[in-house]
Amino acid sequence: MDDNTIICRCEDVTWGEIRKQLDKGYMTLDEIKRITRAGMGPCQGKTCQRVLLHAIARYLNKRVEEIQISTYRPPTKPVPLGVLAGGQDD
Amino acid sequence: MIEKADIVIIGGGVQGCSIAYNLAKRGQKNIVILEKDTVAHGASGRCGAGFRQQFGTEMNCILARDSVKIFEQLSDELEYDIELNQRGYLILAYTEKEVNQFRKNVELERSLDIPASLITPEEAREIVPCLNTEDVLAATYCPTDGNVNPLLTTFAYAEAAQRLGVKLYQFTEVQKIETDKHGIREVLTSRGRILTDTVVNAAGGHAREVGELAGVEIPVYAQRHQILVTEPVEPLWAPMLMSFSRNFYFQQLPHGSILGGYGDPEHEIIGHDTGTSWEFAATMAKKMTSLVPILSNVRMVRQWSGSYTMSPDSQPILGEHPQLERYYMSLGFSGHGFMLAPITGVMMAEYIMEGSTCLPIEKLNITRFERGELILEPSVV
Repeated sequence: MDDNTIICRCEDVTWGEIRKQLDKGYMTLDEIKRITRAGMGPCQGKTCQRVLLHAIARYLNKRVEEIQISTYRPPTKPVPLGVLAGGQDD
Repeated sequence: MIEKADIVIIGGGVQGCSIAYNLAKRGQKNIVILEKDTVAHGASGRCGAGFRQQFGTEMNCILARDSVKIFEQLSDELEYDIELNQRGYLILAYTEKEVNQFRKNVELERSLDIPASLITPEEAREIVPCLNTEDVLAATYCPTDGNVNPLLTTFAYAEAAQRLGVKLYQFTEVQKIETDKHGIREVLTSRGRILTDTVVNAAGGHAREVGELAGVEIPVYAQRHQILVTEPVEPLWAPMLMSFSRNFYFQQLPHGSILGGYGDPEHEIIGHDTGTSWEFAATMAKKMTSLVPILSNVRMVRQWSGSYTMSPDSQPILGEHPQLERYYMSLGFSGHGFMLAPITGVMMAEYIMEGSTCLPIEKLNITRFERGELILEPSVV
């Protein structure tokens, strides 16, 4: 994969930025996310997590199951604060 | 794994990494950090990112002030951009009692060279034009408070420590700390044993259990706190917005997202739960949209939680345990551990290597609870 390939579209994170962290010794999805912001945007990794997982596994010569993934958290889709704020009275 | 170490630090959070770095910087050799998950996996990587110097006790003001001095040059020192931003904390007062407390706080802060001031609601609106100042009686503002990226700061300390020779073992859980009549003998881990006579408990939410592993009692407990974050939006305002009586803190980070939370000790879970609740998101959204109405259309993208490690007086416990020689503690920060880590790392390193520190560490010794010398902080969320 080219270093300029964008892996996380929400946060504009390239493979080159991720590879640099893998070369430093980071190897879990959480570490990569916390350092590069890959997967921290509005889609919360729903677009890029699979791509990233496979790319990391291939680069580190590991099986996909061996890469520790991140926690999925609410909400499933971004929710406006105004809707959340009104929701409690309904 | 290494078989022998001069100092074993338990916990790869910001405390453990800052202590390791500061020890190594002062020339200490053979330091090991043991972390049961990855660096910053616990509260350091889950905190609210802010640092403030506006406190109600002299101890907290001094610790926070000196921590900020270190934050100001930490990117250079650690050769890692930790995204420092000094855009102030604006703390709102809603009751007469709070105004009186804030008057005292500001007087104390100014006597310690912290540039805080008591301002009117109108002046608060000049700083944050989109702010709803209804019911606000006054506010305090300190322009040198701010935020840094807590994840990058913790990784920066960990990497700098390793460059100086510190050994970091991740996914390594401490199972027992063996002692005899002379003190500590060895640390048993999930990956083998390490002979050592010196242990530092920097285990954050797990600090009490790491005390039990050595047979010593530490009066702290983990309490869940939640946070939410929005999508990034254009710059809306600069400082952290905070209130003790209305119970909230939130700020726009340099990246554009808005992040905040509130404390809920009556309902929150005691223990190591890292789940989240719908009630939190709804209540926090109400607090945010009522204070800054334009946030109604900004979308929350994630909520999460982490542990405060609560001590009996909401102040950290620093120093050596009276029942076990060379068992050191840097824990019980009660929600302020990240912001104080730069200075407490220095203090702990000085204390372990030289037996004395630049700041009065004795006041934060664990024996204060027996002596009844609690340092009660009136200004916490």
